[in-house]
Amino acid sequence: MEEQRRDPDELLAQLKIDEERERQGKLNIFFGAAPGVGKTYAMLSAARQKLSEGADVVAGIVETHGRLETEALLEGIELIPRRPVEYRGAVLQEFDLDAALARKPAIILVDELAHTNAPGSRHKKRWQDVFELLEAGINVYGTLNVQHLESLNDVVAQITGVVVRETLPDLVLDRADEIELVDLPPEELLQRLKEGKVYVAELAERARKHFFRKGNLLALRELTLRRTAECVDEQMQSYRQSKGVREVWPAAERIMVCISANPRSVRLIRAAKRMSSGLRADWIAVNIEAPTVVKPSESDLNKLSEHLGLAESLGAETVTLSGHKASEEILNYARTRNVTKLIVGKPTHPRWKDKIYGSFLDEIVRGSGDIDVYVITGESEEPVLRPAPRPALRRWRKRDWFLSFGSVASCTVIAGILSSQVSPVDVAMGYILAIVVTASFAGRGPSFLATLLSIAAFDFFFVPPYYTFAVSDAKYLFTFVVMFVVAFVISNLTLRVREQANAARQRERRTAALYNLSRELAHERGLERLSSAAIKHISDVFSSKVVILLPDEKGSLSVPFTGPDTFALDQRELSVAQWTFDHRQQAGMGTDTLPGAKALYLPLITSTRTVGVIGILPDSSVSTFTREQIHAIESFATQAAMAIERALLAAEAEQMLLKAETETLRNTMLSSVSHDLRTPLAAITGAATTLLRKDVMIDEAAGLELVQTIQEEAEHLNQIIRNVLDMTRLEARGLTLKKEWQSLEEIVGVVLNRLSDKLKDHPLSAVLPQDLPLVPFDPLLIEQVLMNLVDNALKYTPVGTPLSLSASVDENNLVVEFADRGPGIPQGNDERIFEKFVRGVATGGGIGLGLTICRAIVSAHGGHIWAENRTGGGAAFRFTLPLGGNPPQTEQEQDMDEDA
Amino acid sequence: MTDDKGLIVLIEDEPQMRRFLRITLQGHGYRLVEAATGHEGLTEVATRNPDIVLLDLGLPDIDGIEVTKSIREWSSVPIIVLSAREQEEDKVKTLDAGADDYLTKPFGAGELLARIRVAIRHSEMRRGGSEESVFELDNLRVDLSQRQVLLNGEEVHLTPIEYKLLSVLIKYAGRVVTHNQLLKEVWGAAYKDQTHYLRIYMGQLRHKLEANPAMPRFFINEPGIGYRLKQNI
Repeated sequence: MEEQRRDPDELLAQLKIDEERERQGKLNIFFGAAPGVGKTYAMLSAARQKLSEGADVVAGIVETHGRLETEALLEGIELIPRRPVEYRGAVLQEFDLDAALARKPAIILVDELAHTNAPGSRHKKRWQDVFELLEAGINVYGTLNVQHLESLNDVVAQITGVVVRETLPDLVLDRADEIELVDLPPEELLQRLKEGKVYVAELAERARKHFFRKGNLLALRELTLRRTAECVDEQMQSYRQSKGVREVWPAAERIMVCISANPRSVRLIRAAKRMSSGLRADWIAVNIEAPTVVKPSESDLNKLSEHLGLAESLGAETVTLSGHKASEEILNYARTRNVTKLIVGKPTHPRWKDKIYGSFLDEIVRGSGDIDVYVITGESEEPVLRPAPRPALRRWRKRDWFLSFGSVASCTVIAGILSSQVSPVDVAMGYILAIVVTASFAGRGPSFLATLLSIAAFDFFFVPPYYTFAVSDAKYLFTFVVMFVVAFVISNLTLRVREQANAARQRERRTAALYNLSRELAHERGLERLSSAAIKHISDVFSSKVVILLPDEKGSLSVPFTGPDTFALDQRELSVAQWTFDHRQQAGMGTDTLPGAKALYLPLITSTRTVGVIGILPDSSVSTFTREQIHAIESFATQAAMAIERALLAAEAEQMLLKAETETLRNTMLSSVSHDLRTPLAAITGAATTLLRKDVMIDEAAGLELVQTIQEEAEHLNQIIRNVLDMTRLEARGLTLKKEWQSLEEIVGVVLNRLSDKLKDHPLSAVLPQDLPLVPFDPLLIEQVLMNLVDNALKYTPVGTPLSLSASVDENNLVVEFADRGPGIPQGNDERIFEKFVRGVATGGGIGLGLTICRAIVSAHGGHIWAENRTGGGAAFRFTLPLGGNPPQTEQEQDMDEDA
Repeated sequence: MTDDKGLIVLIEDEPQMRRFLRITLQGHGYRLVEAATGHEGLTEVATRNPDIVLLDLGLPDIDGIEVTKSIREWSSVPIIVLSAREQEEDKVKTLDAGADDYLTKPFGAGELLARIRVAIRHSEMRRGGSEESVFELDNLRVDLSQRQVLLNGEEVHLTPIEYKLLSVLIKYAGRVVTHNQLLKEVWGAAYKDQTHYLRIYMGQLRHKLEANPAMPRFFINEPGIGYRLKQNI
């Protein structure tokens, strides 16, 4: 075989898929042609084999239907108890997914993958439960019959005449890591059936007889074998691909199928799926939103959304195009997507319609060029529903009918007045004008009425013999016909233009809304504003209530922001949202997962992660969302997800920056502290060692000086450490204030007492007004502020310069001023000096934390601290403390002498 | 310096602190018994009948408050608490539990000796039962028997509460009296949280008796703890 180098991107993608697969559990499907071929038996045998090898095998749900040999096999395998579900009075025994997930065995057995779960279960179908198990890394053994496969459903129905209701998408079979074919010749199966060894619950007696005919069984067996062969072939393909074997197929095929609300579309979709798997091609299901239809009925919309859903579940990409000319739109789109094969349905309408409107099929075939066109029969097992009579569904307002009458009447009046000057032809033209006017404002019904009225009026008033409906001249009959046709065509065209405009408006509204949202999101900052913008827009466009749920560190969701457009989630809804988040899949109303929920939940997925979940609760006027609406919501959700991710990234970046800043701060502090600690330490060590040495003669005075140095430097060290500790405490847990009604005078007294030694060289005058009120503050912290201010002044002002401390009371604050006559603050530094590790030019130790601590303390009290240069030299530091209302009173008492 | 000034039990876990205190105190004529843990300290206090106890608040085995409470169950020996700066609350609790005074580390030898002297004198006075009836501090003279307050020889009028507050401070002169203690003794137990009463009346006392109330010489405020009336200047 020829080896070939592969595209690195493709390799990477493959690696990613492989990795994902590695993490997930393996799916083994025991695949059979019909009930009774022994799938469960085969599964159990395989399970026993694994069990004997020591694997942790558990039976999730196994239907033995009372068959002894099967039950015997089940013996010894741990069973997960079934979950009873009440439904319409009956108790159904369902597979307990949560118990299985909690048990987390190596291998779990799950019978009948196509089974539909009881309403109220998490998933609609059992295979979805299986996918969740696989996602959790649990290996699954499952059984499946060929007639349940979605893409073969119609073929099976054709062969057997029995429509199987329980289907499952082909992707389940495609997902299987191993398919084990359980094969039994039809004769043997029939024999087993006769012996009563086959249990077929889902088919009625008659249908069962019909189903189990040799011809049918042969055909089903063939289908099964073929499908298995396809799967094996696929595996071979991927093996060859992974080994770099050259692609056998020269070019990638792409298939496009045109579908509509017509029930025949189902068949087209299945055919397209089969073709695409046969060719290993991508396929696209396209729907044309044709404006020619007045307004699609509710049931049509539901059907269409069902079809699109089916196509999606079979692996198609679904697209909705809109345009006036369906054939052109389809071909244009097909070309842009490099479609090689186009599948359309056979026309079912009468030939004359094509003659009038032009044949869609004909246009497609002629315009297709190098695209192959497949026309497929629209035979259907279901009776073809006639499209709902559309006009009947549309209610015209009275106004429209009046318009119809009014326009014809006024035309008649005007023509009557001018009858002497105008010819009958002009009058006819006048009536056509009236019809056009009606058509451009009212619907099809009023337009048609206007047409009939015009002809009647024209005949009655302007065609001789006048004032009768009789016509004397046969040529007028021709005029009537022409008038009718012209009026009909014109009104139809006018209506079509209008409806097209409407459709365009609708689309434009959505596009504009999306654009507005993305624009607003681009401008907003912060998670809360972004979320509320997204909530507002989505709630506007889809007339619903919207919530955005965001995860915490552990991944459990909560609603961080509420507003008028949000709704409250109960525990049940919250768990649906959580499921959505955990599995990155839609859930809730209108989906296959937990459809019982009140709202629809979409994961907010970005390229890197799931940032949250958006929940949409439609207003009572809207019962459910169409698939198209869900698609639109998805694009809104994508926008929101990107915006939220951006906000999260910004917040993370900020965190990182903060961390880096703290790190820098710590380093600065460390280097600063170590330097500042070393200086006094050096002095102390030096003095002490000198004193200790016996060989050096020191006189008493020198000795005393050395001891004094030790004492002073120790005091200095103490102060540095105190500041550093204060700062660390401030930073570590912020300030906790112990506010009490305090007297500033007392605190000033404490500070001056404590610093009295140092203040010997700086005359300090402390003058406080007699009547200063008590103010609420933390005495220890304000003491610290004053200490630091005095210290600061002692450090930076020359010996002998005076200091002054004063206080006053303004409207709301106690203002304390501490002033010196030193060199003042360098120009422009009046704010900077309060920053950490900023020191003045003068030396004297200190690490530049004193004023920073002051500012932190004062702001914690709700005050403000600032510095300015004084006129006449020096600096003044002022800080304010809020008065905090009326201080508590004490009882009045009399003077002692009077008392005595 | 060889005369015996009394026996001190030192309960302190840090060897450096013990060394410093041993040298200082023995140098000043005190006898010293050292204990490194609370339990050891309690045994020493019980068996030696000391004149004073120096108690560190940060002991490895028992809380200083517990040690104080235990000692107070059977002894009224003066206790001086040694503590670090961050332990304001513990200090107040220990004082309220019965400790007599406190010192914040780091402290100088002079300060320590002064506190010890005050504490011993108070306990002697208590034992002798003779409380002095006249308190003199610089230019302040209070005659407790006459209820007379003289400043620079001139009588100062005090309200009953002011006088009561002053007399309580005089009773403990030189020692710190906690807010709690003052409120209880002057106003009664019901007032023990009304610290603003103290602020107001202490302010009035300062204004009446201090030359510069913003730089008090007699009434020393210990923020967060209490007040101390100086014994001498």
